[in-house]
Amino acid sequence: MTVLLEVSDLIKTFGTGEAETRVLRGLSLVLEAGEMAALLGPSGSGKSTLLTILGTLMKPTSGRYAMLGTDLVAADDTELTEFRNRHIGFVFQFHNLLPDFTALENVVFPTAVREGRETAAARARGRELLTRMGLAERIDFPSANLSGGQKQRVAVARALMNRPELVLADEPTGNLDRASAMQVMDLIAEINRDEGTTFLISTHDEKIAGLCRRKIVVGDGLVTG
Amino acid sequence: MLYALKIAARYLTASKAQTALLVLGVAVGVFIFIFMSALIGGLAEFILSRTVGDLSHVTIAAEDPDPAILIHPDGHVLAVIERGRARTASLSEAATFIPLIETVPGVIAVSPQITGAGFLARGAQVAQVSVTGLEPGRESDILDLDGYMTQGSVRLGSGLVVLGETLAEDMSLRLGQTVRLQSSTGESAVLTLGGLYDTGNGLIDASSIYVSLSTARTLFALPQGVTRIEIKLRDLNEADAAALRIAALTGLDAEPWTEGAEQLLEALDAQAQTGIFLKSFALITIVIGVASALLLSTYRRRPEIGIMRAMGAGRGFVVFVFVTQGALVGLMGGVTGAALGYLALLPFPSREEFEVGTLPMDITQGSYGLAITLTVIGAILASILPARAAARVDPVTAIGQ
Repeated sequence: MTVLLEVSDLIKTFGTGEAETRVLRGLSLVLEAGEMAALLGPSGSGKSTLLTILGTLMKPTSGRYAMLGTDLVAADDTELTEFRNRHIGFVFQFHNLLPDFTALENVVFPTAVREGRETAAARARGRELLTRMGLAERIDFPSANLSGGQKQRVAVARALMNRPELVLADEPTGNLDRASAMQVMDLIAEINRDEGTTFLISTHDEKIAGLCRRKIVVGDGLVTG
Repeated sequence: MLYALKIAARYLTASKAQTALLVLGVAVGVFIFIFMSALIGGLAEFILSRTVGDLSHVTIAAEDPDPAILIHPDGHVLAVIERGRARTASLSEAATFIPLIETVPGVIAVSPQITGAGFLARGAQVAQVSVTGLEPGRESDILDLDGYMTQGSVRLGSGLVVLGETLAEDMSLRLGQTVRLQSSTGESAVLTLGGLYDTGNGLIDASSIYVSLSTARTLFALPQGVTRIEIKLRDLNEADAAALRIAALTGLDAEPWTEGAEQLLEALDAQAQTGIFLKSFALITIVIGVASALLLSTYRRRPEIGIMRAMGAGRGFVVFVFVTQGALVGLMGGVTGAALGYLALLPFPSREEFEVGTLPMDITQGSYGLAITLTVIGAILASILPARAAARVDPVTAIGQ
């Protein structure tokens, strides 16, 4: 297997002086391409902070982080934005769709923002993804009018739009009922299997974690298992 | 950045009521800008037309020659011929210059004149008058005599005189009666009152009389040439440049109306400055309105900005989305305000048809293009601060909201 990303001695602190809180305390982790891993741990263990750093939305206080051979600690904001757009997809707990846009417009956003316009190819890819997510009938629906489960499936399609190597999912089923949650997880597993996309899924749900081939347990700012 | 434009447009259409209010606010500012432009411009044109419109825009006046002196061979002045009271100076080559002057761009009328002082007498009544000899057929070239006629005809035939109603009343003159006119050179002529005018200018109506150029020649003993050439321009604001061209062309001293009209020009300038201040306040209101509305929008859309940043939208893209929103609001408000301004100005009479008691609006001076351009620029500048604030939004914090 190929190493997709590698972090080592990752430290992240918030605040200064007496208010300083060290959330990550020298965490090290390697993810291989094609993995489907669950990130487990209690609240406050540093899971979300780790995902945020892996997603290049935040820089660590110290430590190393490289993905696809790129040093992402040294990269500037513009480089990180471009890297994120091309190589990383996100699925958040609360779907976080753009409410004034349709399902399709939300899905094609990552490609359109890079290319400066919505190309026919991007729209075709968006339609294909939404159809695969079982939303063929909802393609041109305003995202605000979709149900919670549908919104989360749109969010998964958006995360996959640019064919990223890594998709980071922070409690992707935390806001869904069991049936919708399993539907979303089945889709993620299918894409991981068919396209080899690497998934790192943060969850508290043991059943969801059970669907992943690897479990990474974080505790007190370190990988403990 | 077509995609940024699409997002900006979508944000504006997503909040229709808010956008409509914002555009309306900008439109009101533009409306005020246009209304003030038309009013200040119209007022200036009105004042100029009423004060200078009937005057010569460029004047070439004959200069009195230096007094002749007799000098002794040893250098002593033996005798000096005093300048006479009667005007004798003339532009003897006027007939040559007039066709040349008529070729100068912007010149619409050239009126050769013989002017001088005289006494108008009827019975025991005598009035001191200013006499102007005009070419028949060119009576209304400078002062619109024809337009001011109340009785008779402006046509200045041989032996005819046209004078103001005030003077006629003072001397109890009626149309068709005869008067004796004695010039300052001592020549006199008996003239028939051919027409009466009322310009509304007391000085002209009470003391100016008009005769034909040939009558004036006899009265002022000027067998050839004229004493004055008055020139009217299409645009009286071009007088300085036209005077320079005419002087260069003829070698004569051409004087624009602006010389000696400094007080009027200062007053007009002060009026224009007032207009600029008022228009600037309207623009400042637009800028503050757009900036505050977009700042509010930026705050409201923080989570969405965070999502966009997480999906790979750069800071520049976010800035462009919000600046484009500002530009679109400016454009829509500018066009709406300009259209409303134009419609509001339509009922006002044109400059030519202006009536006392109404505002002297000039619909052609609404500065519509300038108003729209300045509004768009102002709105873009106003949106820079909110746009920069939007670009600085931390995606992690924003998504967590």
